[in-house]
Amino acid sequence: MKIIVCVKQVPDTTEIKWTENNTIQREGVESIMNPYDVWALESALQIKREIPNTIITVVTMGPNQAESMLKKAIALGADDAVLLSDKKFAGADTYATSKTLSQAIKEKLSNFDLIICGQFAIDGDTAQTGPSIAAKLDIPQVTFVEEITEIRDDKLVLKRKVENGYEIVEVGFPSLICVLQKNTEPSRVMAAGAIKASGIDVKVFTADDINLAAEDAGLKGSPTYVSKAFRPEKRGECKFLDDVEMLSAEIGGVNG
Amino acid sequence: MARGILIYAEIMKSGYIAPVFFSLCAKAVELSAKLDNAPIYALLIGKLGVGEKFKEGFKASGVDKVFVYVDDRLENYSTETYSKIAIDLVNEIEPEIFLIGATTQGRDLAPRISSQLHTGLTADCTGLDINEKGQLAATRPTFGGKLMATILCKKMPQMATVRPGVLPFFENPVYKDTEMLYKDHKISEFPTMPLLRDFIKDSEELINSLDSAKIIVAGGKGCKSEKGFVLLKELADVLGGTVGASRGAVDMGIAPQSVQIGQTGKTINPEVYIACGISGAIQHIVGIEGAKKIIAINTDKNAPIFQHADIGFVGDLFDVVPELTAIFRNKKEE
Repeated sequence: MKIIVCVKQVPDTTEIKWTENNTIQREGVESIMNPYDVWALESALQIKREIPNTIITVVTMGPNQAESMLKKAIALGADDAVLLSDKKFAGADTYATSKTLSQAIKEKLSNFDLIICGQFAIDGDTAQTGPSIAAKLDIPQVTFVEEITEIRDDKLVLKRKVENGYEIVEVGFPSLICVLQKNTEPSRVMAAGAIKASGIDVKVFTADDINLAAEDAGLKGSPTYVSKAFRPEKRGECKFLDDVEMLSAEIGGVNG
Repeated sequence: MARGILIYAEIMKSGYIAPVFFSLCAKAVELSAKLDNAPIYALLIGKLGVGEKFKEGFKASGVDKVFVYVDDRLENYSTETYSKIAIDLVNEIEPEIFLIGATTQGRDLAPRISSQLHTGLTADCTGLDINEKGQLAATRPTFGGKLMATILCKKMPQMATVRPGVLPFFENPVYKDTEMLYKDHKISEFPTMPLLRDFIKDSEELINSLDSAKIIVAGGKGCKSEKGFVLLKELADVLGGTVGASRGAVDMGIAPQSVQIGQTGKTINPEVYIACGISGAIQHIVGIEGAKKIIAINTDKNAPIFQHADIGFVGDLFDVVPELTAIFRNKKEE
């Protein structure tokens, strides 16, 4: 089985802070693999354990620094890595991002069975890139996947989280799934993995390499644009109490 | 020229229209007034009979025209079938705005449609307005809620999703002589994958309680075991409230998934929300912002939950919660 895992390098949003000048402090904030994408890779590794000749290719669009994240993905068990990096890709919204990723898949990785994405990226929280890629490749999608419950040569059985319950869904190949996070520990890099990673080169492609026109990439290829960014209204300061009676009054006060 | 506001009227598994649709209608009435009274359209897809079933509801929601696609094979949502129907309709009526509720279904459907229509989609908006140029100005939180961004779209239709519980409903119904227009579809040509095998429903009690609760007592990893949740349940019971949980507690297996609050769980709007031993990851915060009052109890005074709380109490829930329960029990007896 040939699996593509789409990953994104994101700032660790739990570390982002506001400066005194009302700007977002991004310097010094660590870049991490989007936590949902960690589970996309884990899901691919789960399939590989059941179908041993599986080839996992991780793909990302991003700056050159994203190479370290891809190397880590190889160390964790991916077989191959593709970095889509070009100044023309900068400023892409989810439409242009999915256009770029799907174009790269069509041009360079068209022989795939399954694409796995994380359900959300913690910086944008849009949950749009996965379904947008599936739409552009015209393949079925299953989102909000909590668990792959059955792996067969011709299909997957998935447990999917929906309002008020779960759906059990079957999907054949080629297809795309978006997975949720789990709260167990993801795999760690082992020495053997690190050695393997050092021997595999990340393939780097530009817009020209994947035959993507400049007007379809990055800011130019994005239908949406940010007109204004501002600090959210605060809920007001938290009033700290140290007396349980007073705390009970706050609870009861609202109820009359 | 593109004109009109299209809203997707999602039918939930319960057989009713998702409440978020009606809050989108209320917003659309407001937007339409700023767009020279642009018509408001709804898209309804479902089994035979859904048009008649919901006709009166549409009439009181300011909708001018409902495009209805019915077939018994359309009873269950399918990404490809539903998106193809929506795309056909958009190409035919050319709306300037297309609004979809950010339910699980909406989040699955909306990007599929926008991607194929080659237009932009702004997800999880908390505010929608029309700017001086007549464009849809969609405001949403980003970077884990630390930044708000107002986003414009240069293609048509301008698409946006809004989470349930974020926008208000009509204060007074807006009555219109709504036209129900039944449309043909090509469902027999549509693919059958993915196949829905089964739906495992959460218990009825759990489903309804969080949505309508006035008081919610929720627990996180700080509850440590099911014993912690027993304490929360006792407090919730004496307050006439219900129990919720963070993802952390659910993943530890000490609370059922059906009561999970947050990004992958429920969005809640109680009068009082009491977070016990919940650190306050942003994925949790987005689900509780609709609460009128947020009270946080946590041993760690630096826990992020306090940045989002109105009232904070630094202490161990295993001490504080039973004390609160005792206080309210005494009050009841008096």
